[in-house]
Amino acid sequence: MAHSHDHDDSQPGLTRRHALECMVWAGTGVLWGMRAGVPVSLGMLGEAATARAAGTGFTFMQISDSHIGFDKAANPHAIDTLKEAVGHIAQLPQKPAFMLHTGDITHLSKAEQFDNATQLIGQAGLQVHYVPGEHDIVDDANGKAYLDRFGQNTKGTGWYSFDQEGVHFIGLVNVANLKAGGLGYLGPEQLAWLEDDLKPIKDSNPIVVFAHIPLWSVYPEWGWGTDDAAQALALLKRFGSVTVLNGHIHQLMQKVEGNITFHTARSTAFPQPAPGTAPSPGPMKVDDDKLRGLLGIASITYEQGVNPLAMTNTSLAEFK
Amino acid sequence: MRYALLALCLLGGVVHADDVTVKIENFTFNPANVTIKSGDKVTWVNGDDIPHSVVEKNGAFKSKPLDTNDQFSMVFKDAGTVDYFCGFHAHMTGKIVVAP
Repeated sequence: MAHSHDHDDSQPGLTRRHALECMVWAGTGVLWGMRAGVPVSLGMLGEAATARAAGTGFTFMQISDSHIGFDKAANPHAIDTLKEAVGHIAQLPQKPAFMLHTGDITHLSKAEQFDNATQLIGQAGLQVHYVPGEHDIVDDANGKAYLDRFGQNTKGTGWYSFDQEGVHFIGLVNVANLKAGGLGYLGPEQLAWLEDDLKPIKDSNPIVVFAHIPLWSVYPEWGWGTDDAAQALALLKRFGSVTVLNGHIHQLMQKVEGNITFHTARSTAFPQPAPGTAPSPGPMKVDDDKLRGLLGIASITYEQGVNPLAMTNTSLAEFK
Repeated sequence: MRYALLALCLLGGVVHADDVTVKIENFTFNPANVTIKSGDKVTWVNGDDIPHSVVEKNGAFKSKPLDTNDQFSMVFKDAGTVDYFCGFHAHMTGKIVVAP
């Protein structure tokens, strides 16, 4: 079942009929809403476009972990799979409002890797809002290469916020100034900025937070969490709708905690194993015909009055 | 092995008998704890399919990103304890104890 990666089969809400419906829809992408932790299919990608056309919302894309420069066995052609992902986005019948890239744009922060990545991603024809992954700030100057390209209108190591049609977006950096033995790290300066940034925002205003490493404790044994995320999440408690989008773990995962819905995205470069299922979180080599089913992009739709935001994850295998 | 080491010593005169290699594999430094004598050299070799690095806890030194099979060496002269971690994956830690 080529489509199975979009669903967590362990989710109690997923019936056989549901799965069959998804199979019918394979190739167009299925919109998923998360209600009380259970994915609920809302319809086909076209419905998101309808919402946008009616002026009641908008759709944006998330890509992550393109790792341009990676050429190991798990995917010797990371540039080609990014190309496929961007090509799909460029051909969507309704143009998304913009794109988020949740980090690890490059593999080793090299100038030509940034150049190749931005040149390719630019072919989607969308404005792109980036946050860095740990692979994007390993140049000799500790992140200058990233900030020179993407740091305009950002603070500190590259954090910022912006508003789109009534939704407040916050890009955080949790890959800089890491501490020995620790996980992802936001730091006091960024947390103070976040507090200030949120001050004028009304409780009813939908919030989308995006950062590279998960802001929830996915699997600390593999470094999949952020040490001081709890302080950021405490600042977000008063809002009715908070969506957190992360990358880093190269696989889909969702969680609902009170008012906050967490999602992690697939990579466009290579898959990583499920927590604890391998000796390490390193790149996972799968059979060639399985690879594209484990890589992908996400489309997120905000519709006014509908809560939470609807998430569509589409694997590269479904593009054909 | 002993003969190979001896041969290297004779040929180059650069391989210290107590030089130590720390292999980076499966997102761990192996061995994670190493005791050396002042003047010994430690070489880290990355055996993973993902880059790692070696960063002293307080930033006293750091390697460049080590891609697969890349290596980084340091000679430690000052006695004491050196704690380090991976700059990509901070949960990976190791320790060098330098005896006088």
